[in-house]
Amino acid sequence: MVSKSPATTAADQPEAVVVKDLHKNFGPLEVLKGVSMTARVGDVVSIIGASGSGKSTFLRCINFLEMPTSGRIIVNGEEVRLKPGRNNDAVPVDMRQVERIRTRLGMVFQSFNLWAHMTVLENVIEAPVHVLKVPRKEAIERAEGLLQKVGLYEKRDQYPAFLSGGQQQRAAIARALCIEPRVMLFDEPTSALDPELVGEVLKVIRSLAEEGRTMLLVTHEMKFARDVSSHVIYLHKGMVEEEGAPAQVFGNPKSERCKQFVSGIH
Amino acid sequence: MIPEILTFGDKGFGDELLRGAQFTLFIAASAYIIGIMLGLLGASAKLYGGLVSRGIAAVYTTIVRSVPEVVLILILYFFGTRGINTLLGLVGFGPIEVNGTLAAILVLGVVQGAYHTEVFRAAIQAVPVGQIEAGKAFGMGGLQLFRRVTGPAMLPNAIPGLSNLWLVVIKDTALVAVVGNYELLSTTASAAAFTKRYMLFFLTTGLIYLIITLISSYFIGILERRYRRGQTSLA
Repeated sequence: MVSKSPATTAADQPEAVVVKDLHKNFGPLEVLKGVSMTARVGDVVSIIGASGSGKSTFLRCINFLEMPTSGRIIVNGEEVRLKPGRNNDAVPVDMRQVERIRTRLGMVFQSFNLWAHMTVLENVIEAPVHVLKVPRKEAIERAEGLLQKVGLYEKRDQYPAFLSGGQQQRAAIARALCIEPRVMLFDEPTSALDPELVGEVLKVIRSLAEEGRTMLLVTHEMKFARDVSSHVIYLHKGMVEEEGAPAQVFGNPKSERCKQFVSGIH
Repeated sequence: MIPEILTFGDKGFGDELLRGAQFTLFIAASAYIIGIMLGLLGASAKLYGGLVSRGIAAVYTTIVRSVPEVVLILILYFFGTRGINTLLGLVGFGPIEVNGTLAAILVLGVVQGAYHTEVFRAAIQAVPVGQIEAGKAFGMGGLQLFRRVTGPAMLPNAIPGLSNLWLVVIKDTALVAVVGNYELLSTTASAAAFTKRYMLFFLTTGLIYLIITLISSYFIGILERRYRRGQTSLA
């Protein structure tokens, strides 16, 4: 294995997620107009853009929480078979395939979405035990290690409602890590947090980037994106307006719009 | 002291009343379980079903909830009996006697199911979408998603409605007396008519219903606290 710093793209690594010509319509509204992306193992790809640029929709199409209208999605070399469905969206030929692929993608939501009726530990072991059929004891050991890592070991028997937003999001990250995903998906993980709680969550995400985890990150935290990403995609009105290494997208963008968008962060 | 007429044994009606109360609870519990099953089916038809199943569920809940229960019980009991016997006649079997208790349980279950449908539908709709989405994102689908996420997440919303329906079904058992069941109320009525001690017997029976309700409320409280344990309280 090649050991690498998070800021370099390894062209010789296998492809983890490939998206080709992704289109997504909501009724008459065309939110994504042909977006393509390749993330290789070890990549940290940040997707930035203004509200309404389609960046969250793009991420949610990768694990089929939104059904794409057209396009191809390949996770770990396995392409999800799609067929035309009602209201113009594509539908998976085999929902089982989608469910299997979802277990390789660790999703972290903007609003945490921890299961309210389970304790932190129960949240973290839920998918390993009940979906992946990992023996309970093994899952608990794994979960406790992850909770230690995100600094929530002491809170493991609490219910999510009794935690702060930052703690909930760190628990949600531990939950996503516990399925040992090939790729982590972050959908604006700090947007619902009070400003003073953003740092603790970014710290955890940064440590994951430094471990060389493959991650797709939709974010408004520009500085953070510049620091941790190997590749940055700037979406504008459903299209890739600018992409490349963070130094280029943030330092020397070709697109005037992108220049304006990132100008505020220096 | 307890009047002799209410004691157990040959002289009193205590054992008859107790048997009536047991029978009431048996009919109520059985009907309630059928109601819950029909309610879960009805709610999933209304929320996730296609055009046909949504339509059937809508007709079911509308009709059952708009016709007085005692009328429904009479209709379903007599038409049900006649319908079954007509069908049997068509295939060459003689008429059968429909078991009154079974009929009562089925009829009350069907009535309860309509209300359970609405309780579960509302409870499921009140579950935040994100909870269900998280379940999907971690590879759950279909029944597993319901068993692990949607079901337990909607229960705290459903418990107040479910406990209401439990109390209602206990009292509705009194209605199936019209099709000849010796549950608590008809036992009381017979005893009262036999002894002419109307006031005594009806007060006693009222008291028995009250005791059943109080005991139920105690256990409902425990259930509710258990399923709300993940929620912060308003107070």
